[in-house]
Amino acid sequence: MTAFRVSVHITPRRGILDPQGKAVEGALHSLGFAGVKEVHVGRYIVVETDAETQNAAEAEVKAMCERLLANPVIEDFEIESVAAR
Amino acid sequence: MRFGIVTFPGSNCDYDAFRAVVDTLGEEAVYLWHKDHDLQGSDVVILPGGFSYGDYLRAGAIARFSPIMREVIAHARRGGPVIGICNGFQIACEAGLLPGALLKNASLKFVSAPVRIRVENSQTRFTSDYDRHQILTIPVAHGDGRYTADDSTLKELEHSGQVVFRYVDSGGDATEAGNPNGSSNNIAGIINREGNVVGLMPHPERALDSLLGSDDGLGFFQSILATVAA
Repeated sequence: MTAFRVSVHITPRRGILDPQGKAVEGALHSLGFAGVKEVHVGRYIVVETDAETQNAAEAEVKAMCERLLANPVIEDFEIESVAAR
Repeated sequence: MRFGIVTFPGSNCDYDAFRAVVDTLGEEAVYLWHKDHDLQGSDVVILPGGFSYGDYLRAGAIARFSPIMREVIAHARRGGPVIGICNGFQIACEAGLLPGALLKNASLKFVSAPVRIRVENSQTRFTSDYDRHQILTIPVAHGDGRYTADDSTLKELEHSGQVVFRYVDSGGDATEAGNPNGSSNNIAGIINREGNVVGLMPHPERALDSLLGSDDGLGFFQSILATVAA
């Protein structure tokens, strides 16, 4: 078994009103960041887990996302990085 | 009739629900601890309001995997009545007992106020004591009450009379002004297709005495008594 560190980005599903993102967007505009087109606020989760292979670690975290870490009705997730520790 | 009221770490309306059952209905109530595996013979299960597990991750997401929830889900699958109020509604959605999800209020603010809701379907076992389109004043107290589902689910809910309560304005219309949280179609409460699981953000258990502002929640509990006992 190898120890892996897996990062997941969870964001509000596109098309669903994201008032938090909108509020941050407005604040950025008022700070003078005129080029900001859109902001989305989500969650960043780091899972440290033991697995046989990198693929296995990734598959396991995907299953975690589907069951608990993300809600497929309202959120999308992306597994960003898998690194052996 | 025996009501089982689940207490999760962070539940704070379990006592209100208990008093509603015992004092108002004169029925029996038992608290069900989240770590228990036994519904103790409950005929009806109430998932009460509160902030189970501190609303960590998503409201209701962790409570949904509590040991007792396995029994609650089995009870619901057998056709047993389950009521999810506020955080309980969020838990029921996370558990897949009801479709859709509850998101942060569109205003980003916690809303604690009496609201007006309209009974959209009075032919359920939780609303039979009301008239169709009767308007009730019931308090809400939530930060994540914006009901959301995909378009086809919303269409199906509307089509099959599963929208039980809708937020309305002072004129009784489902307008943006009457919507406290930005819910799709002003939805305040829904029922599953089978008609045994109901979820709503407003708190009928806090509206049982006109001394406290409203007794419009009485009909909700009386409906259950009349239709579940029958």
